[in-house]
Amino acid sequence: MSNKIETIDVNLHYGDFHALKDISLGIPENSVTALIGPSGCGKSTYLRLFNRMNDLIPETRITGKVLLDGENIYKIKATKIDALRRNVGMVFQKPNPFPKSIFENVAYGLRVNGITDKSFIEGQVEKTLHQAALWDEVKDKLKKSAFELSGGQQQRLCIARALAIEPSIILMDEPASALDPISTGKIEDLIFELKSEFTIVIVTHNMQQAGRVSDYTGFFYLGSLIEFGKTRKIFTNPSKQETENYISGRFG
Amino acid sequence: MTHLDSELTMLKADIIDMWRLVLNQMEKGRDALNNFDRDLAEEVVENEKRVNSYELKIDKDCENIFALFQPVATDLRLVLAALKIGNNLERIGDIAASVADFVLDADTDFNKDILEHTKILEMYAVANEMMADTLEAFDKEDTRLARTIFKRDKILDKIDEEALDRVEESIKNYPDQVRNCLLVLSMIRKLERVGDQSKNIAEEIIFYFEAKVLKHKKKKKKEGDE
Repeated sequence: MSNKIETIDVNLHYGDFHALKDISLGIPENSVTALIGPSGCGKSTYLRLFNRMNDLIPETRITGKVLLDGENIYKIKATKIDALRRNVGMVFQKPNPFPKSIFENVAYGLRVNGITDKSFIEGQVEKTLHQAALWDEVKDKLKKSAFELSGGQQQRLCIARALAIEPSIILMDEPASALDPISTGKIEDLIFELKSEFTIVIVTHNMQQAGRVSDYTGFFYLGSLIEFGKTRKIFTNPSKQETENYISGRFG
Repeated sequence: MTHLDSELTMLKADIIDMWRLVLNQMEKGRDALNNFDRDLAEEVVENEKRVNSYELKIDKDCENIFALFQPVATDLRLVLAALKIGNNLERIGDIAASVADFVLDADTDFNKDILEHTKILEMYAVANEMMADTLEAFDKEDTRLARTIFKRDKILDKIDEEALDRVEESIKNYPDQVRNCLLVLSMIRKLERVGDQSKNIAEEIIFYFEAKVLKHKKKKKKEGDE
């Protein structure tokens, strides 16, 4: 399987703080990669490299290469950053639907990208709501406010919104940590379904969740990548003692 | 279907494949003995590697499912049962291969009267039927069928008990077949174990579907409806 994303010797500083240390890692295409580690280990910072969200934080310095489909996304022109972010969708910890109708939330990305064809937008909204396993629950109330949905439904709506503009990568930063177990299960099943079409990178505090949803797992600690490998290997026979200590709940 | 469901479906499919392979090994072993077919006996011995690799795969799959999915309730019982069923099937596979090895040790074909008189073919028939029925019980969630296994083990035990006398008689009747008679006795001692393994498997099937533990229970309770 080829690598969709590759980082080579990436270092990231926030001012004096050395947040990522020499991270070299390849993320395989059409798979789910989980990033785990204790708070402050750098996993979310690493995730935000891929859509250049760290750029928005003042005094950030990044060295090394971040390749997406072989292209260094830190060398592209500023005008191409929008295109990058269209290609790399993101879902956050707390569901953050816009104060609009369910339909308009999903259609939003298409509209801001200049698409006006009504039937195309309708088709795309329905398709992505299906992909996000939400269609049956909302098909009769598409004009209602997104805020009327439950937390789990709102999060699936945010996933649909991310899918609507057809990215190839989806980043998820703790996508289920604010949800109840049933909604969490739905999101996890959804992640499993989506990997045939997308490359998914998920940050999670929940190690069992990493085990359930991912094909590959990277364990971060104090800004370093301690171990990366197939999830099955990491969770049954990790190579590093630190990894074993963390996944078995003995430290972290 | 959830991710765990698809893993469990694959696990079940692997167990059923292993079951069919081992049953096939037993049937070929019987034919090798009955027809004194050395090529077939060699095939059974050779195929034991495949049985072993199935057991290793099932072990690994169960380990992964425990580590990655933390199964509970019925799912948990399936994974626990899968581990033990895989282990018992592997032992039946060993027995099938050992009997085939005994066939290869023979110098001449086995006299039909000896096979008849010692009841080894009957033993094979009962053992193979037990295996086929445990497989069906597992596949169709039929615990009533699984409960019929315990009684049938007694048929194998009886043939095993009588074997020494029957083999002795066979030796007297066919003094030129002493070696083969002794081989048949060794085979019967091995095949008796298939009944015990099948009983263990039936217990695991009932544990999986009904959450009832029948191990180390009195016979009546096992066979009854409780």
